[in-house]
This record gives sequence, C-alpha cells and structure tokens, in this order.
Amino acid sequence: MLLADTHTAAAWAARKDGIDVAELEAMATDVRRTVVTMVDRAGLGHIGGDLSVTDILVTLFGAVLDVDPTDPARPDRDRFILSKGHCAGALYATLAHCGFFPRASLDTFMAPLSALNGHPNRVKVPGVETNTGPLGHGFPVAVGCALAAQLKDLDYRTYVVLGDGELQEGSNWEAAMTAAHYDLDRLTAIVDRNRLQQGAGTEDTKQLEPLADKWTAFGFETRTVDGHDHAQLLDALEPSRTGRPVAVIANTIKGKGVSFMEDRVEWHHKVPSADQVRTALQELAR
Amino acid sequence: MTSQLVQTYDCRQAFAETLIELARADERIVAVCNDSVGSSNLVGFREQFPDRLINVGIAEQDLVGVGAGLANGGLIPFVSAAAPFLTGRALEQIKADVAYSNTHVVLCGQSPGVAYGELGPTHHSIEDLSWTRAIDNLKVLVPADPAQTRAAVRWAAANPGPLYLRVPRLKVPEVTPEDAPLEPGRALRLIDGDDVTVIALGTMVSRALDAAERLRADGISARVVNMPFVDPLDVTAVLDAARETRGIVTVEEAVTTGGLGAAVATLVAEHHPVPMRILGVSGFAPTGSATYLLDHFGLNADGIAAAAHELA
Repeated sequence: MLLADTHTAAAWAARKDGIDVAELEAMATDVRRTVVTMVDRAGLGHIGGDLSVTDILVTLFGAVLDVDPTDPARPDRDRFILSKGHCAGALYATLAHCGFFPRASLDTFMAPLSALNGHPNRVKVPGVETNTGPLGHGFPVAVGCALAAQLKDLDYRTYVVLGDGELQEGSNWEAAMTAAHYDLDRLTAIVDRNRLQQGAGTEDTKQLEPLADKWTAFGFETRTVDGHDHAQLLDALEPSRTGRPVAVIANTIKGKGVSFMEDRVEWHHKVPSADQVRTALQELAR
Repeated sequence: MTSQLVQTYDCRQAFAETLIELARADERIVAVCNDSVGSSNLVGFREQFPDRLINVGIAEQDLVGVGAGLANGGLIPFVSAAAPFLTGRALEQIKADVAYSNTHVVLCGQSPGVAYGELGPTHHSIEDLSWTRAIDNLKVLVPADPAQTRAAVRWAAANPGPLYLRVPRLKVPEVTPEDAPLEPGRALRLIDGDDVTVIALGTMVSRALDAAERLRADGISARVVNMPFVDPLDVTAVLDAARETRGIVTVEEAVTTGGLGAAVATLVAEHHPVPMRILGVSGFAPTGSATYLLDHFGLNADGIAAAAHELA
C-alpha cells in the first residue's frame, strides 16, 4: 500500500509540474462569467454556490481528473460527482469549457426540454456520473465507485464535491464510515466550505464545527485549504499518503468574485437584475 | 394444495443458490448488504466470494447509494436488505440514484409483506409495492415460488436496468413450471376459467390456486393468473380477464393502495370496467405470526373464494 502511494505521489508531483496555475485562473474567470450569463438567461439558478465551487471544479477538470470529453464513459476514467447538485450551472459551464458538449447548449440551461436541468442528469449530460439534487446522495455513490475500482483492481480515482450544509444529512456520515472501513485511499471528498446554507449560516443552523476533527475522527486524511487558491487545491488533491481516504475542506466564499454577492445568504438562489449582471460581468473581467 | 403432504419452500434459499451460481460464471456480480448477511441468506455467498460481499453495516441510504456507485464502476450489485428498511429508509436513493440515474442495480427486498409477523408493523413491508410502482423506470418483480425466484434472479442479472426484486420468505409450494417464461409485462395463466379471474403474485399464488379448487367444487370456473411483474403489468392478461370473465379478484401480501390491485383496477377502469375485489393487508397489523395475520386479513383460500363468489 505504501509503496503504491509513494509511486502515485511521485507521479502526481511530476504531473503537477506541468500545470499552469494562471491558466486555471483564466478558466475560472470564464466559468464564473458563463454562470452569471446562464443564470441571467434562465432567470433561475443557484448563483452563490456556483461561484463558491467554481475554483474546485476548475482545478479538478482543468488539472486533476483523468477524463476524456471525446470518450466520457471510458471504463477507467476518473469519477467525479457533484453531490451538491443544485450547483449544476457551474458544472455545466465547466464541462462545456472542457469540450464535453458544445458551449451553445448552455443557452438552453433550464429551458423547456433542455438536457441541462436544474440538477445534473447522467442519462442526458456527458460527464455526469450520477443524478444528484437531493442532498446526501453523491457521497455514497462515490464510495461505491471507489469500491468498484478496488474490487476490479482498476486505478481510477473518485472525487466527490459536497456542500457544507449538505453534511447535515446523515447519509454522508454513513458513507464516510464505509469509505474508512474499506480503506478507500483512491477516494477524495471535497467540502465546499462557504459557511452558508439556504437560509442562514451553517453554524447558526446546525453546527458543523469542528469539521476537520470530524473527518479525521471518521478515518480520513484531512486537509484544509483556501478553496479559491488553485495551487493550494492542487496540493490538497494529491493522493492519500496514509492509505486512508482523503477529505479536503476547501474554505470558500459564497458568491466569490462578485462583490455584492460575496458571503451574502440571500444570493443562494437569487437572480441578479440586468444592472447587477452588468456589474458582475465587469467585476469578473478584472 | 397446502396440506401437510405438499412440500413448501422459503424462496430466499433459491435466491441465494442462484446468486452463487451466477456469481461463479460472472465476476461482475457482487452482493451488498446492511448487516443482513444472515437474513439475506448470503452466508454461502460470503464463504465462496468473501471479497464480493460488501457489508456497509446498518446504513440503508449508504447501501443503495454504494450499489449505484458499484454499478457505475461496471459491477452488477445485488443490494439486499429486509424489504421494509430497503424501501422505506432508502426510498429517495432508490428513486434518484437507481431509477432516475438508470443504473443496473438489483434491489432485493427480503422477508417482505407480513413475514416478520410478531415483530410488528415497523418490520412489515406492506407499502413497498405502492412505493416502488410509483417510481418511473423501476421494474417491480415478485416471484411466487423457488422456480420463479431462480428465474427472477437470472433475469435480473442478465437485463441491465433498475429492478426491485421482492423475495418471499413465507414458505410456499412450487406453483410454476421450472421452464415457465419470465419477462416484463407477461403473466402466467396457471388455471383456465371463464366465470371469474383471480390475479395473484408472490405468496398469494398458491392460496389463489387453493381457492380455485374450492370454487370448482362450488361449480365456479375460476381463472388463476400469476402476475410476477407488478410493473410493467401484463396489460393483455388483465384486459382478457375483464372481457372474458365476470370479475377480477386481486390478491397481494401488501396494502391495497397502490400495488397489484390498484394497478389492475386502473387498467380495467380505463379500458373495460368490471367488478373487482382487491384483497390485501389493511392498515397496521395487530400482533400475530405471519400465517395468523394472513388469515386475519382474509388472505387465504377461504377469503379469496368468498370474494370470487361475490363476482361470479
């Protein structure tokens, strides 16, 4: 186990050397601008969470995941699951940026009969692994994906992004226990820790802290980073060093990149006015 | 038929033996359970394939989600748990992770209906047929005896897509031929008859056959139809019964609000209305053994024959 980990860690270090963080930042700006445009056009969407999770998605799809947009169902692809499925807008913008489907499709976001529902559908959208939306579903499915790799001796890796408020769902902790019990060291759970849920702060609603201690107590190798710093995220997404599954607590800001949305609970799913869209796009161009 | 001379069987044995037989030939087959190795009859499976028996502990939401993930990874998971907990606790996972996500997960509901008898309504699975039938893209299959259970497990492994397989525990006699066809939307006519039709599934089939014998003695010709797939239903068999006999009795070890009887009634009401009697479990059961409770709810040959008399 340790030998293999050393090997993958070395491979990871070599791979990371070729990554240009400035390119990831440019990609993140593009995804954020796309999200604002999509929500504006649809008149719907979860813009605050889209903007908080963007840098995590960009780091994964831009630099980490071994996936092929031209062959999205390749059996040995890395698995990525967005458990906080309401942030489908950011996922679609990222997938389109990477070529999983044409950017023009984004114009249909939540329009009648569009494949791009308000929550992702694997049957209709290439690059989606499981249909999420109700919270607390993605992590158990990710555990199953990682277990399948272990059983079939495939070396794909599984990554799941969880909302922080979502961790109030007990199914996540069931999954965490299973992941630790089966030593799923090719599984990484990333928490988009923006500290806000739909109606209020997480700590005012149902306290999550001490969150890192919880993950560690559940048997994870826990890493805490700035979830908007691509270099830090890259370090945090490196393979397990201990043979345990990895938890990354990515501290983020809901509405990141748009001054009047940042850390404001009402932007969970508020739709910006035309003026606000203009201001947001100006801020995101800088 | 259910006299002491007739051998009866627990279908879980046929389930477990067939799963082992299939697993020998196909390494994609895995079993997933929730601390239910014993009650799912998976001890033999574990002995032969220790790595392919995944026990997630007492955690049904995780159980079904993990099953969906295993299917995503190219395996064929038979996710097995006591039916009340599998369907009740993990219904949203069944809907979102299995049915809506269109994954090849075989959900195996063990000891359904009132099989847990004296343990009480918390452990009875009488709502599962209503719940699962309401979910799109989820087939619902209830075998009637060991032969049909073997066929059901084979069908489940060979046909990709979401399935709820309800495995009876109450002992039943063999009622279907070993080579009887099993496919979605196809019922088996076990006895011909043209006065009245009894449509039954699972543990109720042998009781329907007993009722038909009694009705024959009373001069009533009862057709007995076994409907293993509650969803999709055999539309032709139902409408033939509506057109060719004077009424339909449905029998199921489940509530009557949404299962077999409701499915048949909807079809008949829309296309060819005929009188019906819908037999099943009504409400939370009092304390009693499984066989006591079935008698209590009239789910026996006498009850079925009496309902048929009203229509014939």
